[in-house]
Amino acid sequence: MSWFEKLLPSKIRTDSSKRKSVPEGLWTKCTACNAVLYRAELERNVDVCPKCGHHMRIGARRRLEAFLDEEPRLELGTELVPVDALKFKDSKKYKDRLSIAQKNTDEDDALVVMSGRVNGIALVACAFEFRFMGGSMGSVVGERFRRAAEYCLAEDIPLVCFSASGGARMQEALFSLMQMAKTSAALARMSKRGIPFVSVMTDPTMGGVSASLAMLGDINIAEPKALIGFAGPRVIEQTVRETLPDGFQRSEFLLEHGVIDMIVKRGEMRDKVSQILAMLTRQPAPQIDKQELVDAEPESA
Amino acid sequence: MDMNFLEFEQPIAELEAKIEELRYVGDDTEINISDEIQRLQEKSRTLTESIFSGLDAWQVSQLARHPQRPYTLDYIERIFDDFEELHGDRAYADDHAIVGGIARIDDRPVMVIGQQKGRDTKEKIKRNFGMPRPEGYRKALRLMQMAERFSLPVLTFIDTPGAYPGIGAEERGQSEAIARNLFVLADLKTPIICTVIGEGGSGGALAIGVGDRLNMLQYSTYSVISPEGCASILWKSAEKASDAAEAMGITAERLKELELIDSIIPEPLGGAHRDMDTMARTLKHSLIESLDAMARTPIDRLLEQRYERLSSIGNYQEQ
Repeated sequence: MSWFEKLLPSKIRTDSSKRKSVPEGLWTKCTACNAVLYRAELERNVDVCPKCGHHMRIGARRRLEAFLDEEPRLELGTELVPVDALKFKDSKKYKDRLSIAQKNTDEDDALVVMSGRVNGIALVACAFEFRFMGGSMGSVVGERFRRAAEYCLAEDIPLVCFSASGGARMQEALFSLMQMAKTSAALARMSKRGIPFVSVMTDPTMGGVSASLAMLGDINIAEPKALIGFAGPRVIEQTVRETLPDGFQRSEFLLEHGVIDMIVKRGEMRDKVSQILAMLTRQPAPQIDKQELVDAEPESA
Repeated sequence: MDMNFLEFEQPIAELEAKIEELRYVGDDTEINISDEIQRLQEKSRTLTESIFSGLDAWQVSQLARHPQRPYTLDYIERIFDDFEELHGDRAYADDHAIVGGIARIDDRPVMVIGQQKGRDTKEKIKRNFGMPRPEGYRKALRLMQMAERFSLPVLTFIDTPGAYPGIGAEERGQSEAIARNLFVLADLKTPIICTVIGEGGSGGALAIGVGDRLNMLQYSTYSVISPEGCASILWKSAEKASDAAEAMGITAERLKELELIDSIIPEPLGGAHRDMDTMARTLKHSLIESLDAMARTPIDRLLEQRYERLSSIGNYQEQ
């Protein structure tokens, strides 16, 4: 508490720890510009701040719902659920961490896969659920991704993956590391058959996920200002003992360094990806409902 | 404390010191104490056997990082003939943390690639402590693809704390470099035999670790993150590294039980550094055996098996 606050009568004083939190309800705050936002408007905008254009993190299911056409949708890989084969225990048991994550997210694991269409273009789309143990990749994530790729091979349709992950899941130890090889092998198969894979990196895409499937897109896309890299900024700072340059490991930095093809705003993702995929699969240009573009956030920067 | 001995080896170190002392006395006084020396040597051997028969995961990881442990070039020198080191990724630089080249093993030409650590301070810096940068992985990739072109089997030696976490490495696409190698190795049309000789550190190790055989030296380790890294994240304290090592199951023995590796290559008593020549002979034998086995398999079949093998890794329940 500052000297000024101490001077204030207790009635006027607000507890600074409470002050920042906005109660669940009609209003919410942008995590970047602090603008007070009407929740319904923010949701309509798929959690992109209408004031500053900041792309907030969103859940896997909402992501896919916003990306895919309403019909048809078929979820894949729901038959797979995680097990604690190593009986891993740190300060908490892995089994308990799993049940907590499952309860909090309503997902069985950190990857959701759906087949469907985008502006009429048939494809399989998958998305990482970052709130499920940091979107970490363990056996279920790896196997769901592999089955998604196999489905694409069988149906001859492209694959799109939205990644949001801290990397490999430590609690499954080397099994997790090997999922990097497994998912990459599945993508190699698709590539050989000439079936496109579009990787969309969202905030954050790090470690083993970044160093495997996420970087292997025929087209690599990132959402604006997403943190994308191999090592975490803190680890790098400790290793090189230097302050990291501004915007280090952000989408714009990756575009500058030739790692990604483009940065695409969330509101334009459907149209961009469907247009690209239609060309890569030599289909006529997709029918784009221009209505969607009206909602795109105003560009501030 | 003798630098050659790790903390858990101190009882052996003391015994060895005593033997050394007796030898010195023996030289001095010409009293015949060879019987006594022999008795102590026998004792030292039994003691070593007993200590090494019950090593925990953390002790093994110390052996895997032992400063005297043989590195890739030590094995190349002892196992191969006509080694021609090939340099550079043809785009940016030559990364000394990865060495590679063509060589003959038992007269057969092969491509050898491995991470390389340094022995003294100067070399450690030159080799970046065995932590490759993107150009290292891209050099490895170039050599792998060359091997495919000329139908040379690829032999890799894994020994790294991990891929280098640096600003330049990120700028040049560390993630992409590793991912690309996984992608290409999964379908490289030549046999690939991977051996973990020391530290198998995460994605930085895996980037030269996808193949048809994955073998580990007895006291090497392979893990998704270093025990210290895992401990500081999950236990919030790097001091819990030994707990993390145990929980992750990073030893050859445990990984064999979990069917994540094909075989364990036994080390001489006390570890590979105690007898490099014997270690190299055993490793050579294992490599030739794997090469022979793969030479009998048609390449299409081999690639199919490689894919099946990668696809089958994982623990999950199917409802």
